[in-house]
Amino acid sequence: MSKPERDPYTGLMTTGHEWNGIKELMTPIPGPVKFFLALTILSAVLLWILYPTWPYGPGYTKGVLGVDQRTLVENNLTKSAALRSVWEDRFTSAEMSALEADDDAMTFVRSHGARLFEDNCSACHGLDAAGGPGFPSLTDDQWLWGGDAETILETLRVGINAPHDETRYAEMLAFGDQGMLNSEERRTLTDYVISLSRPDELTKEQKELLPAGAELFDANCSSCHGEDGGGSHDVGAPNLTDDFWIYGGDAASIAATLRHGRIGVMPYWEDRLSEADLRLLSLYVRDLRPNQQ
Amino acid sequence: MLDKHAKLERNALAFVFAIIFVASIGGIVEIAPLFTIDETVEEVEDMRVYTPLEVAGRNIYIREGCYACHSQMIRTLQDEVERYGPYSLAVESQYDHPMLWGSKRTGPDLARLGEKYSDAWHVAHLINPRDVVPSSVMPSYAWLQRNSLKYEDMDLHLAALRRVGVPYTDEMIESAAHDTYGQAKPDSERADAFMERYGEDSNVRAFDGDPGHLTEMDALVAYLQILGRLTDVAHQQASNSTGGE
Repeated sequence: MSKPERDPYTGLMTTGHEWNGIKELMTPIPGPVKFFLALTILSAVLLWILYPTWPYGPGYTKGVLGVDQRTLVENNLTKSAALRSVWEDRFTSAEMSALEADDDAMTFVRSHGARLFEDNCSACHGLDAAGGPGFPSLTDDQWLWGGDAETILETLRVGINAPHDETRYAEMLAFGDQGMLNSEERRTLTDYVISLSRPDELTKEQKELLPAGAELFDANCSSCHGEDGGGSHDVGAPNLTDDFWIYGGDAASIAATLRHGRIGVMPYWEDRLSEADLRLLSLYVRDLRPNQQ
Repeated sequence: MLDKHAKLERNALAFVFAIIFVASIGGIVEIAPLFTIDETVEEVEDMRVYTPLEVAGRNIYIREGCYACHSQMIRTLQDEVERYGPYSLAVESQYDHPMLWGSKRTGPDLARLGEKYSDAWHVAHLINPRDVVPSSVMPSYAWLQRNSLKYEDMDLHLAALRRVGVPYTDEMIESAAHDTYGQAKPDSERADAFMERYGEDSNVRAFDGDPGHLTEMDALVAYLQILGRLTDVAHQQASNSTGGE
């Protein structure tokens, strides 16, 4: 190892290292780099003063600006809530029936409600709101609990069989699993239920059993579904005389429903959506059905 | 000062220690204080533990790699709070070992998924996501509905969790297997015993729709339905700060 020496060509010192005659220059850090390094250190010190940085035991320096992520997001939320209130107030203050008659409001409902529906409802009811097996269609005029805007709003708010204190509760009993009806009785009853909407589908033999089916229906089903099978909005019992089926209207589906029962769940949205959004969605859903009122 | 640096560079051992010291400053400043600063983890009274069935579901969530596409962390950003709900608090992950915050969102964040959809929807969605969300790119997990849940060793899982700080009682650990079974079989003796231990508000349901068969689907759906519902504190905090919106 040689001693550092002055390089005759550049006038700089060498590091003192030498490998087979190759020596390394001790080039000083360029001025601009030094400048920006100093600037970085300076801005770090500045940030220590302005923002929350240094921890000390049980706490940390809060910084003179008092910036806090949580306050920031809360301020942003308050600001956007204020912006929204321009149109939101109209939906929280007016009567639902008045809003329904208000073309201007309904135009807004159709555009904004579509996005709310897509975000929150379409997972179950489908993008086209036509439902699917186990999830009711919202585009027809058949409703379990009633289809006016106020009733839909209540269903949205508390849900059905949902973990909300005021939730709507309805259960189709498992007549088979709980041993209330044997398989022969269930078969007779299935045929009777089919006869309520599509009597032509039954064979002669099946038709002969219909009076027995009617008796069974009267004893087991009519308290919820009504004597004529027309259902009831008060207890959320579906109408059995139409062509609207949540779990399928073919013989096998009806037999499965009778045997295992059904407890459909509609989640509640009171905690997730604002009052304005809930009302807007109710109007949107109400507006989905064909215009024939 | 540069001369001293030259001296340091020539002393290998001292240089190694100097590098270790400098490189650890970031960690010391950012991580260590989290154990001493009081406000790091909020103290809440209503925080409840995962039930054995939910722990089993959580294990399946980890096994199937759900965290690779779903995060469980709502950040303090306006768009996230407006889409998913109140931002996540540290205490909500207090009993998560390991935590499943994740960092990638191919699918949506799941931190507030609990009770957003019905059990039936989760089952249909896990069997074939496209049946309910036509545009979904999520893989199908249909076998969960067929696989019986292995629950005999749930006491060991609970014991391990207690060792890292989850306050399970001896009784909970002892009856973990029975409780796993009971939570998915309503109106049974084991369900009653389960509710006595974990509280009346716990979900006791046949999560996969079939009370006769305890499947992995039961466990996973039970876990998904509790996400964001172990404590109410995030919602309370949100309604306090924004005036009940």
